[in-house]
Order: sequence, then structure tokens, then C-alpha cells
Amino acid sequence: MKILVAVKRVIDYNVQVRVKEDGSGIVTDNVKMSSNPPDDNAIEEAVKIKEAGKATEIIAITVGEEKSQDTVRKALAVGADRGILIKTEGTVEPLAVAKALQKIVEKEKPDLVFMGKQAIDDDCNQTGQMLSALLNWPQATFASKIEVKEKTLEVTREIDEGLETIEVNVPAIITCDLRLNEPRYASLPNIMKAKKKPLEILNASDLGVDTTPRVQQIKVEEPPKRKAGIKVANVAELVSKLKNEAKVI
Amino acid sequence: MSVLLIAEHNNKEVRSFTLNAITAASQIDTDVHVLLIGKDCGNVAKSLSEMSAVKKVLHAEADYYENYLAENFAPLVVKISENYTHIVSSANTFGKNLMPRIAAHLDTSQVSDIIKVISPDTFLRPIYAGNAFATVKSDDAKKCVTIRPTSFDPCETSGGSAEIEKIEPTEEFTLSKFIKREEVKSDRPELGTARVVVSGGRGMQNGENFKLITDIADKLNAAIGASRAAVDAGYISNEHQVGQTGKVVVPDLYIAVGISGAIQHLAGMKESKIIVAINKDGEAPIFSVADYGLEADLFEALPQFLEELNKLNSIQK
Repeated sequence: MKILVAVKRVIDYNVQVRVKEDGSGIVTDNVKMSSNPPDDNAIEEAVKIKEAGKATEIIAITVGEEKSQDTVRKALAVGADRGILIKTEGTVEPLAVAKALQKIVEKEKPDLVFMGKQAIDDDCNQTGQMLSALLNWPQATFASKIEVKEKTLEVTREIDEGLETIEVNVPAIITCDLRLNEPRYASLPNIMKAKKKPLEILNASDLGVDTTPRVQQIKVEEPPKRKAGIKVANVAELVSKLKNEAKVI
Repeated sequence: MSVLLIAEHNNKEVRSFTLNAITAASQIDTDVHVLLIGKDCGNVAKSLSEMSAVKKVLHAEADYYENYLAENFAPLVVKISENYTHIVSSANTFGKNLMPRIAAHLDTSQVSDIIKVISPDTFLRPIYAGNAFATVKSDDAKKCVTIRPTSFDPCETSGGSAEIEKIEPTEEFTLSKFIKREEVKSDRPELGTARVVVSGGRGMQNGENFKLITDIADKLNAAIGASRAAVDAGYISNEHQVGQTGKVVVPDLYIAVGISGAIQHLAGMKESKIIVAINKDGEAPIFSVADYGLEADLFEALPQFLEELNKLNSIQK
């Protein structure tokens, strides 16, 4: 079985993002970038499946600017066999990413495509579902447990009401929740080895994918700030404030 | 211009977030049609038709519509989409799973999780876990939009008498199969709509200690929330998670206990009207969003809190 894992380079989850003063976007200069956290779970799961002898090859792929290679290299360092970067400029919407991934899926013919359920920058939560629509494949989103069977996967999904289990035929798209597994760290020797693994670079335009945004970002602003609160001395004061001042209990 | 709203339901009742989504849809255009896809859900069709904002109910039935697989729902939505300028659903796990599948079939770039309708093609949505708000304008002819339920009031559930039109199902998608759903039944208010939420974090130390939270929630008729750390540690099940990748809540009162306040948690609760933080670490970031902060050991503070609540003559429900 061959697994394609899509990853994205985003502002590190620990960074407090800042809005540009002119309202044109988010400050990204000199800001720490990392792989999108649930994409790490997607890579980890693929590696575990390969270690269990149920997969033969893992391809890590990203769509983005030149520097996004770093994110692919990180995936190679934790166990992906080879990488692909589809180079684009500027903002690329999930629909365009899904179309680019579709081209690679048609060429590489993986049995499974894994990715994080949501990117923590645009918070769209769309790409996996869109790719499965374009391919007319089954989708298992928000996966917190995956069991690989003969020609199917049994996937436990995190939903509002609790947990749901579905069975999807292979080939299928799985989007991963943070609770799917505990991503490993890359060891230094593996980081060195990853530098020698093949990484193919393609241009989105060469694949015939139009990445022009369809949604214009008109303005980005800071959300309204909360007024500074107070510290209370003890529980009695807290309850009294809630009852008499805030009037919420 | 007409808006197609995809209803979420359990074949017996409309799920509450659908009411918020209907309000959002009616702010885009007043001609709101609701699509109901399910199995033996005639009662749901009837209750939808009675909502004053709903102008028409489209109702499709099939056995394979029972468990809302997106692979079965999307082709039907696409089939009837011709008559609509907008397709709308709530941005909870139902809509998040379904809408992108529809958008891709329609070659539309979806606008996710809007918190405000500025005009029929322009919306406000949070990005970066709510640390920035983006105003976005969709250039697609047909717009696929998911709405954040807590940002819109629920619609009226009476006063209407919309026509119910039966429509033909599309074919079954046989490559995906529903197996089971483990829902946690509870007498408490739903987390997404509760007036009061009491949440516990890693500071609770184990699952048994959540009893301290439960006791207070009982007293306040509150829903129980949790940080991701608490869910990851197995103290409590996933449907309680509040945050960027969990649920977004906007109660009148949010009480965060033993929660440090990571950006990802704040994303799910910082729009709450009143926030209380109880934490022994006075430097915890949760205090920066709290209206009332109590720097204390939760194992002492929570029993006292319960005692103080017991002393009150009346508590709002």
C-alpha cells in the first residue's frame, strides 16, 4: 500500500500572531514557521502503518512557496520515503490545493491520502473533503483512530455528539485529529538522512492548476479586545461579584 | 437570489445549530429554502416548515440517508443547487464534513466559519484561532458558506407555514459505510448552547476530580467543558473539548478551572460574556481574558465555591 501525506507550513502554534498595521494580513517576517500540527499526526500514522508492514511507501507532499520544502524535509526525517513540493506564489485556497493534489494522486496512484483535519492559519477545514469529492473517493474526517483491514479502513471520527465509526473502502482520504497519535521527534541522524531523500519540485502552473484566489481578503483586523478584569481575593468575593455585579448566577 | 440551507437533525428533531444557521441564511437573503435529507424524518420536515424564516422545505428520504454520510448527501445538494446563489450550513462537525465536498463538486471556493454577514458576497470570519478577523469577498457565482452557530441567534421556531416539497434521492455511495455512533447521553444543557459552562483543564489531575466540576455544574445548570490537555490525558471524553479544534462556546458565564489558557483554548471561549478563571498560577494567560480571576488551589476553591452557592437564596437557571 502506498500512502500520500499532505502537509502545510504554517506559523508555529505557539506564536502570538500579529495583524499588519495596514490591515493587509498577518505579520510573517521573522516569525517562526512549523508544520501544521495535525499534519504531524498524519505523517506519524502513515509511518506507523508502514512499520506495521501494511504500507510500502510514504510520499510527503506540500503545496506552497519554495520554503515549504522544510516541512516536507521534516516529514522525510520522521519516516516518509520521498517528497514532492508543488510550488505556488501567494495565497492558495483549499480548492486549488485539492486540485493540485488530485493531479499527483492521478499520477502516483496512492491507496490512501492522509492530512491534518484543519490548518491552524486559515482554519478552513476543507482540503481533504474537497480532494475526496474531486476523486469521488470515500472520506473519513477528524479521525482519532484508524484500523487498517484487508481492503478497508475502520475509522473512528470525533464528532460533536461523541465518537462515530465508519468503514471506508480503499482508496480513501483520511483527515487526522490531534488525538490520533503522539507524533515522534526526528532524531539528528534521521534529519541528516532526510537531506539525501529525493524531493521533486513541480510548478502548479505546469500541472495545469489555476491557483488564482476566488475569495478576496479585503481586510484583516484585530478582534475586539476584552477589557481587563480584576483579581478577587477569595471565593466569597467571587460569588458575590457574580451574583451582584455581573448578575450571571 | 435564494439561499439553500442544509438542515442538521437526527431524523427525529432539528439540531439546535440549524436554527442559528437559518438566521444567518436569512441575513444573506430572505428567500431561505431548507433541504432536509434523512430517513423517516417527516416530523423534522413539519417542524422546519413552521419556522417563520423558512420559505420552503425540500425533503428527500432514503434508507442510506439515515446516518448523514457526506458522500451520500453531497450529490443531492449539487443536483438541486442550480436554483440557488448560496448554500449554507453550520460550521460544526456536520457542516465541516459536508460542505467542502459540495463546494468542490460545484468548483466553488468555500467560505468557512463566518461570524457576520456583511453583504451577500462579503463575510467576516476569524482566522488564526480567532486572533485575527478577516473580511472576505467571494467572487464565485455560487457561494458555499458555513456559519459559526454561536455568532447568530436561533431563529423563531413558529409562525411559518412553508410548503414541503418531496424530492427524489440520488444514488447511494457504496464505498463508505456507517458502523456506529457513541453518543454520550446527558441531562445537562448542550455545551454549544448552554448559558453557563464550567470547564476543567490539566490542573484537575485526573478524571475523578472532575466530580468537583460536575457538582458546581449541577448547581448552576451548566454544561461541562474541558481543555484539550484534559481530554488528551483521558480525564474526560472528546465532546467536551473547547477550543480551536474543539467547540466554540459563547455562554453568559464561562468558568475555567485549572486551565492555563493556551491560544488554542482561548479561541473557543474568549467571546463569552463573563469569564472566571481559577488557577493557582497567577501568571497563567487565562487571567488575561478573565473578568474575575481567583488565584487559588482549585482543590480548596471548588468545595468553597459549592458551599457559597449553597448559601445563595436563588440561582439563575
